[in-house]
Amino acid sequence: MTEDQQETPRDLDEIRPQRSALDCSSAGAEGAGPGVRGLLRSKRGREELWSVVYAKAVAPIGPFRPSVWRSPIRGPWLTSVFGAILLVGIPVEFVTGLVSYAAYDPRLGHNNPTPHTGILNFYLFNWVSAPQWLFHVTEGIHVGLGLVLVPVLLAKLWSVIPKLFSWPPVTSIANALERLSLVLIVGGAVFQFVTGIMNIDYYYSFGFSFYEGHFLGAWLFMAGFAVHVGLKFPTMVRSLRSRSLRAELRTGLADTKSEPLDASGLVASDPASATMSRRGAIALVGGSSVAILALTAGQTLGGPFRQAALLAPRGRTYGDGPNDFQINITAGTAGIRAADTGASWRLALSGATETELARSDLLAMDTLDAAMPIACVEGWATVQRWTGVRLTDLARLVGVDHPTGAYVESLEKNGAYATVTLAGNQVRADHAMLALRVNGVDISLDHGYPARIMVPAAPGVHATKWVKSIRFYGQR
Amino acid sequence: MRYIRRYYGAGPLHLLSLLACLAFAGYVVTLVHQAREWQLILLWFGGAIIGHDIVAFPLYALADRSAGLLGALRHPDSLPPVPWINHIRVPAVISGLLLAISFPLVLDLAGPSYHGATGLSVAPFAGRYLLIVAVLFGTSAVLYALRVRSAVRRQAIPSPSSRPDGTDT
Repeated sequence: MTEDQQETPRDLDEIRPQRSALDCSSAGAEGAGPGVRGLLRSKRGREELWSVVYAKAVAPIGPFRPSVWRSPIRGPWLTSVFGAILLVGIPVEFVTGLVSYAAYDPRLGHNNPTPHTGILNFYLFNWVSAPQWLFHVTEGIHVGLGLVLVPVLLAKLWSVIPKLFSWPPVTSIANALERLSLVLIVGGAVFQFVTGIMNIDYYYSFGFSFYEGHFLGAWLFMAGFAVHVGLKFPTMVRSLRSRSLRAELRTGLADTKSEPLDASGLVASDPASATMSRRGAIALVGGSSVAILALTAGQTLGGPFRQAALLAPRGRTYGDGPNDFQINITAGTAGIRAADTGASWRLALSGATETELARSDLLAMDTLDAAMPIACVEGWATVQRWTGVRLTDLARLVGVDHPTGAYVESLEKNGAYATVTLAGNQVRADHAMLALRVNGVDISLDHGYPARIMVPAAPGVHATKWVKSIRFYGQR
Repeated sequence: MRYIRRYYGAGPLHLLSLLACLAFAGYVVTLVHQAREWQLILLWFGGAIIGHDIVAFPLYALADRSAGLLGALRHPDSLPPVPWINHIRVPAVISGLLLAISFPLVLDLAGPSYHGATGLSVAPFAGRYLLIVAVLFGTSAVLYALRVRSAVRRQAIPSPSSRPDGTDT
């Protein structure tokens, strides 16, 4: 068989030697050789001639030729190593992501940042108010682990990229459907990671609502992920078993050889000599992940680690003062005018009755002191010591002894989180308060002066700043 | 079973799981269709695949192959040849990945929104990133120099076990 007539076998069973009228060594060929005219005379000859012409016309070119892919370390084992890491990491990302949507209590009031979720919101549950660090941890993992997985994801895509250019592009209906599902997993993975990174770095050029895109994109990604894992899990296990990890970690560059050729289509048919061993590749990916972790984790851990997060958006310092911690949305951006927050500011409370309080009235009330985190959906957090009036005490002032919820409004006019509906368990939580002071001084204008909500375990946007009114729901 | 395998190309479980997956994905696309700017969502989703497979991957594959062509880099003949390709590759890969996770800040694409949210300027990020890149390549250079030095030392002490070329990453 000539090279031109070779095709990627659809199935190992189908590799059979072909008898060809063009094969000059076949018995029974008349004369010294067939010649084109001779071929055209017989039906079989015409068929053979057509198959040669056709094969030449559809022969792979460029990256579709298997010989283009030359890395000797590419193969099922390395792919499975990266795949196994993602097999653990991606579901953690999915679950922490779903939890972060649930934390917004989207079924309450106007809290929902993602209106079109169809049945995908089936799992929602009443968000808890304890432990107070819960959202800090789940969101810190979601963003932190996501960043750390970027090198692993890219390594996995690198290790399977020859399959994008497999030839012929579709070998069966099954193959076509499977390739379609890969659009979901590859497109989904890149979409999720890119939108996630852009969002935490405050770059919104994608133009759609991040919440909607990232939530729906997650489900598209996971649909492809589920099928891919289902189809490839046995292969992954078999490939991982084909060589020992310990042995590979001891194998240096000189001993690095490519894996045996198999039907996977990953192993190079014409490998170049190795310039990096498999353990080197794994070390490079692992080292990159460690570097990313080192340069971003501080924004979630806070304290002495924050300044080490050199490439994280929230690794910066504002100074040493009591109000010098991470600001999310400055007063200027929120359109807060100093006049509205001055001596004429009143907190409007309503419930069974209504009343208005000045800031001095609030300070005269019984206050509570508590260290609580502001934890943002962008993955960063900051823990400070807050002083304020319990929400249950404010509720009692307007005749609601057992609050089942509260509706909070801010002076901010146009923000998406200018209002929030708090659940009963959040209002009644131990440290739920209307905060007036932080670290011993009045909160600054950027941090919500004259008063802001602080509720344990809530996402940062529910710690409403520049509060102007609270309506309590519930019974006497 | 045989007919399915012959005409479809795989077993019935394959067909069922893929149909379920694609139908579910279709359902999610109908939800996307109700979202604001749904065309942009689908555009970015499609762009994600193209962006990685057809743009990003060829670029970095080409960069890697070009580095190999820098074989024109010649050691002075007086020094033993020590493989240098990974001393360029490793800092380059790490630098690329660090840029991938912080590019809106380093390249000043997010300036106004970053300032609106934090009250700070993005300006320091470019300098921080470049300093980190300098440290990465600098460390790689020092390690390379040390490897050349130890190779020279091994050459100077002739023994059956000495090998003039580095054998590992």
